[in-house]
Amino acid sequence: MPRLRRIAGLVALAAGPVLVLGVFFVLPVSGMLGLGLWPDGRLDLEPAWEAITRERTARVAWFTLGAAASATVITLLLGIPAAYALYRLAIPGRRMLRAILLVPFVLPTVVVGVAFDSLLAADGPLGFLGWSDGPPAIITAMVFFNLAVVVRTVGSAWESLDPRPGEAAAALGARGWQAFWVATFPALRGSIVSAASVVFLFCATAFGVVLVLGGMRYATLETEIYLLTVNLFDLQAAAALCLLQFVMVLGLLAVAHRARRGAVAVQRVTARPRPVRVSDLPALLTTLLGVVLVAVPVLALVLTSLRDDGTWSLANYRRLGRSGDPDLPVSVTEALANSLRIALDATWMALLVGLLVAIVVTRRSYSPAERRVRGLLDGFFMLPLGISAVTLGFGFLVTLDEPPLDLRDSPLLVPIAQALVALPLVVRILIPVLAGIDDRQRQAAASLGASPLRATLTVDLAVVSKPLLAAAGMVFAVSLGEFGATSFLSRADHPTLPVLIFRLLGTPGEHHYAMAVAASVLLAATTATVMLITERLRVPGVGGF
Amino acid sequence: MLRIDDVSVRYGAEVALDGVSLEVPDGQVLAVLGPSGCGKSTLLRAVAGLEPLAGGRIFADGVDLRRTPTHRRGFALMFQDGQLFASKSVAGNIGYPLRLRRRAKATVAARVEELLDLVGLGGYGARRPETLSGGERQRVALARALAVEPRLLLLDEPLSALDAALRERLAVDLRRIITASGTTALMVTHDHEEAFALADRMALMRAGRVVQVGEPAQVWAHPVDVETALFLGYDRVVDGAATQVVLQAAGLAGAGAVALRRSALEVSPDGPLEGVVRASRAAPEVVRLVVETPALGEVSAVASTTEVAPGPGQRVRMRVIADRLAVVGDAATAGQVP
Repeated sequence: MPRLRRIAGLVALAAGPVLVLGVFFVLPVSGMLGLGLWPDGRLDLEPAWEAITRERTARVAWFTLGAAASATVITLLLGIPAAYALYRLAIPGRRMLRAILLVPFVLPTVVVGVAFDSLLAADGPLGFLGWSDGPPAIITAMVFFNLAVVVRTVGSAWESLDPRPGEAAAALGARGWQAFWVATFPALRGSIVSAASVVFLFCATAFGVVLVLGGMRYATLETEIYLLTVNLFDLQAAAALCLLQFVMVLGLLAVAHRARRGAVAVQRVTARPRPVRVSDLPALLTTLLGVVLVAVPVLALVLTSLRDDGTWSLANYRRLGRSGDPDLPVSVTEALANSLRIALDATWMALLVGLLVAIVVTRRSYSPAERRVRGLLDGFFMLPLGISAVTLGFGFLVTLDEPPLDLRDSPLLVPIAQALVALPLVVRILIPVLAGIDDRQRQAAASLGASPLRATLTVDLAVVSKPLLAAAGMVFAVSLGEFGATSFLSRADHPTLPVLIFRLLGTPGEHHYAMAVAASVLLAATTATVMLITERLRVPGVGGF
Repeated sequence: MLRIDDVSVRYGAEVALDGVSLEVPDGQVLAVLGPSGCGKSTLLRAVAGLEPLAGGRIFADGVDLRRTPTHRRGFALMFQDGQLFASKSVAGNIGYPLRLRRRAKATVAARVEELLDLVGLGGYGARRPETLSGGERQRVALARALAVEPRLLLLDEPLSALDAALRERLAVDLRRIITASGTTALMVTHDHEEAFALADRMALMRAGRVVQVGEPAQVWAHPVDVETALFLGYDRVVDGAATQVVLQAAGLAGAGAVALRRSALEVSPDGPLEGVVRASRAAPEVVRLVVETPALGEVSAVASTTEVAPGPGQRVRMRVIADRLAVVGDAATAGQVP
């Protein structure tokens, strides 16, 4: 009896998330598959194959992989020395420097694109480099964006690394480099591989940055899907590319998973930072380069937003509130209001589903059957990890536009898509927290007379409330900046701020570019505020990867 | 009164409890003793309602508990590491079961004070659990478990997370508190000293089955088989011809195997047994010897510290002290399980 009741409880808890994922993930993805492989209701691989073997597709695929690989290597080369300097050495102000390096990661992708565009434009501060569009700009922007991932992941591993194996190696006669190689590197390998795989994944699926900087000429798979859909209306080819993308991301995740499994178990201690020596100079210079790389585009963005007709003024910001521009459906401030409303909806949706998923997955299994069911659910809920925001947006676009699920004009379509994009994030924050609760706490509560609901409130809620708030902040920030899925789904008369910024960039007119820059500053400031509040909660794991 | 009737629990194909039957009369403490993995914790969890039964029944005051979920059983479970709620203060933890039952605030506060005094932690109410020592945490856990006067207190190795000195002191306190409150308790432990200190009766478990039940002294004096004797701390068991040698030397009659404590043989100039000392080591109260005897092989023995201790190679005579040995499997007196 109790067994049946428990399995019934599990099913009831899981039903909500399963239904949500079924309708808003499985359906769009299978719709996308159908469009690519079953045009006209029967299996026909010809058009998909034709789209994949196009000369342009091959170029796009190679550019995607090449740009991502170069950006990953450069990010590691910059990030590992910076991680060492900022987490291992007693540099004055290192907390401040760490915070500066983190800034880009919370910037919306469109904002990063605009920042580099304004920096590298022919008449911009770095126009002389001639990088105004094309691979160098795209790769630099990718590095800018992902430096924080490497510094933070490798740095926090390095910070708590037991220094004694290195000291033992030194005592046995190893020089600095040899000691690093034999003692430190093996212990860091796991975190480096993990950071590298995350960076590569982020770069390979970068969308906003590439769309802004690469235009039509330099496309990655993600932007190509968008261009095929929105500009060329070649939905079948877009679906084929989505498939290619899907396979690529799944492959990447599998490789990352395998690579991480080989990590060595490492003794963690709180080591004190070491005074700086002359031999640390290369690391310090690299760190400086990283800080400059991060600070310059942000400063350029702010400065550009304050220039109007060759003078310093706030005119660009004043234009943001003005409606009645014939080229724009709404004013920038209205778009910001849209974004905030949508982010609020996306946040409660992602939290609700994410919390249910985390509870279902972490509860103790009492029988092999129950364990199998839980394992299946676990795998099912992780599926959205394997799909890019663009693919999801595209899937929504092609499936949720006809009865019984005609959500094309529903104000909830965009928040739902954004919530799904943010869902893995929520789940990844909450699962370790819930899994860390000793099940005997709940048993102790139950034996003292607490009903299952009451035991959950007493034990789980007390532990999970802070991480839940932090996750809310993360989802809110992600939703504010989300561009990949939103660019497909945003209604023309209700654009979000990133969508409007992208539109401003593509609209001729003397003040539109400057307005896009000012709007980017506004969006960045809003996102950064949310992230700052989240950071104050100091939840371990948030912001780590 | 708790009655466990032919209870079995399975984890997949593995049988964790195999037809266990036990009774705990009101006001008594029963200790279930056994090596780790014998199923004793599973038994406790089954009684608490945390493990589904594959067979058998559990009755409390004559009522079958099959359909009663954990939180309605009116039992209280105390874990070896306390499992206090970190988000609540000491008083918040102890008052938790009272607040669950919607007792008035003043009643809760008064009862919490009373319980804190009972466990010797008066004035600790506002402290956070993480600021307490291991022993203090266990006292708080005990106070919390006793707060609503449970029908049955379930103790899971209540002292084993503590260091030796603290364990001894807390064992005395625990016994006093439990008997003072007239609580019926079921305790599991792998430590026979803990069982002796706390229990009115004890049940020995091995491989999912109960092998012996009785009062501690009775079980101690008549272990049901060789493994039980060794588990209870007897040094070695001799059987066959050697049995008669030992029993005669002790002036006893009997048959079967005999379990010897480390101090069962004592050096004595006119003792009936003879042997050669192989090793000798001074302990605080006695000198411990290993002696090679023709009749028994290598055995442990003790010598008084007041005399010069015999060294290796020396011949010694020894007497057997009757109350430091036990006849194993003496079914007439042992509370054997059929």
